[in-house]
Amino acid sequence: MGTLVYIEHDGGVVKKSSLEAVSYAQELGGEVTAVALGSIQEDEWQKVGAAGAAKILHVRDERLDAGNIQAHSAAVAKAFEKAGAETLILAKSSLGDAVAARLAIKLDAGLVSNVVSLPSTDNGFVVKRSIFTGKAFAETTLSTERKILAIKKNTLEIKTDGPEPTVEALEVGLADEDFTYQITGTEKAEGDVLLPEADIVVSGGRGLKGPENWGLIEDLAKALGAATGCSKPVSDMEWRPHHEHVGQTGVKVAPTLYVAVGISGAIQHLAGVNSSKYIVVINKDSEAPFFKAADYGIVGDAFEVVPKLTEAIKAIK
Amino acid sequence: MNILVCITHVPDTTSRIQFTENNTKFDKTGVQFIIGPYDDYALARAVELRDQTGGKLTVLNVGEAETEPTLRKALAIGADEAIRVNAEPVDSYFVAKQIAHYAKEGDYNLILMGRESIDFNGGMVHGMVGELLGMPSVSPVMKLDVDGDKAKLSREIEGGKEYLEVPLPFIAGCQEPIAEWKIPNMRGIMSARTKPLKVVDAVDAKKSAEVKAYALPPAKGEVKLVDKDNVEELVKLLKNEAKVL
Ligand SMILES: Cc1cc2nc3c(=O)[nH]c(=O)nc-3n(C[C@H](O)[C@H](O)[C@H](O)COP(=O)(O)OP(=O)(O)OC[C@H]3O[C@@H](n4cnc5c(N)ncnc54)[C@H](O)[C@@H]3O)c2cc1C
Ligand SMILES: Nc1ncnc2c1ncn2[C@@H]1O[C@H](COP(=O)(O)O)[C@@H](O)[C@H]1O
Repeated sequence: MGTLVYIEHDGGVVKKSSLEAVSYAQELGGEVTAVALGSIQEDEWQKVGAAGAAKILHVRDERLDAGNIQAHSAAVAKAFEKAGAETLILAKSSLGDAVAARLAIKLDAGLVSNVVSLPSTDNGFVVKRSIFTGKAFAETTLSTERKILAIKKNTLEIKTDGPEPTVEALEVGLADEDFTYQITGTEKAEGDVLLPEADIVVSGGRGLKGPENWGLIEDLAKALGAATGCSKPVSDMEWRPHHEHVGQTGVKVAPTLYVAVGISGAIQHLAGVNSSKYIVVINKDSEAPFFKAADYGIVGDAFEVVPKLTEAIKAIK
Repeated sequence: MNILVCITHVPDTTSRIQFTENNTKFDKTGVQFIIGPYDDYALARAVELRDQTGGKLTVLNVGEAETEPTLRKALAIGADEAIRVNAEPVDSYFVAKQIAHYAKEGDYNLILMGRESIDFNGGMVHGMVGELLGMPSVSPVMKLDVDGDKAKLSREIEGGKEYLEVPLPFIAGCQEPIAEWKIPNMRGIMSARTKPLKVVDAVDAKKSAEVKAYALPPAKGEVKLVDKDNVEELVKLLKNEAKVL
């Protein structure tokens, strides 16, 4: 039984969530092949091998550097057949989800998304997935021969001890029709830690009073090597860009540490952060609901506490 | 332009999630059901586009009779007609097959859905329907303007966005800020009562994923509060206890 992993990269660097997907595949047993599309930095192969892939199929076609959903799914379908795989593993992402859905039909495979555990196979093929935006889990049986699993971040540790993989160029012969739409431009925050990938996230809410005070959040984030996020009203008021908004209707994060500053902890915000390992809340109101979801907290004025915290963190680094 | 909007009937975002029958059934007691928030964005944009270009706006839900008030609400918000595919929406493939089947009958120029349902959060149905119908599928879409036989969109990607031009017909999974949620007015509510709501049978489709049991996350322990004048204590806890620094 072979497994194919669809790996995504950001400017040629393989995403951590994709490496996690590779390690997940390795745990399933059987031969693990990864498929990479577009221009990837050569030294990335070793990381993919270390995470657990024995073989990499590289589709060099530069047109795939952009995340065209149809073209990516067509290419991955070809790689799946080429690898003789039975299972496809990928990390949940805005591109991964869209590609996985089309592949479920192309490959006639059963699909489970938001997977948070390795399968148990004692009684059928059963995986645990997160549902109700992290408020619950469902043990789900997948009865099809071919399977696709979209893995939620932080499901397992990325392996680092696998051997050098073999790399093979794969021609998939994409036609113009496979690019059913045109990507006319991209806009991207450069150099920052990507929010959905981040290990530490520092988020600010309406308690920050205005965009001019965001330096407070950014300094703390910098000291921690964190990505920055915000609550919905903050992005609604355009203090921060939309892609930073965390919660039910925004980004769902799963960092090891989530720091919430001046955010009340409305249930819709919590829905985006409930997969965090540790939560720290800084709020001047001791009754703020966020404290009930937190591991650590400070009741105090953010304008006083945050600069001190930033200094204290710098002091130990 | 004829537009199809697919909506889910889901627990309100503030609902407490609980299960019964030995954790095999979702407990609907006291739960208020709403149009999925992302579907609500899709519907709001569809109403605007229909008003601009004319044509018919149809809403569709795959669900049992209990979802009809949700469909009526969509009619009150501005849809012209509703279709309910009478079946329990058990898995995304099954739902996608139903939508694809009835979408083919309707000859729509545009099919809008939510980025994801908020019960099962798959974010999968639009892509499946796209593949089943051989149409492009794009998600999550933040902006959508129709210009003749193509549309200009922006799609959210990790850390930014992408701008696209997509030929009609296609399928989009929508999210904010594509449009502002619309609240039904009195006239809308009155007219919704007489707008057509058609109930149709489900077509045969396999169900590949089945839930065996539900579970709730373990309860969170008590928060450890640190004095605001002693932030060093918090740093110590994060370093030595949580081991995250
Ligand atoms: C369908 C739906 C979906 C939604 N989706 C989301 C979502 O995805 N994400 C999201 O975030 N929200 C979402 N919301 C909105 C949500 O209900 C809350 O309104 C929102 O999260 C509140 O944001 P906030 O905590 O920043 O602001 P507020 O609720 O105004 O809280 C501000 C907090 O800052 C504290 N504060 C004030 N001054 C200071 C200070 N100087 N120092 C320290 N603390 C201070 C206050 O005590 C307060 O707790 C959604 C709502 C609905 C209806
Ligand atoms: N039972 C259903 N009836 C109609 N539309 C649905 C149904 N389930 C999902 N959808 C649509 O598909 C989108 C994505 O759903 P999902 O793949 O379940 O996250 C939703 O936002 C809806 O627009």
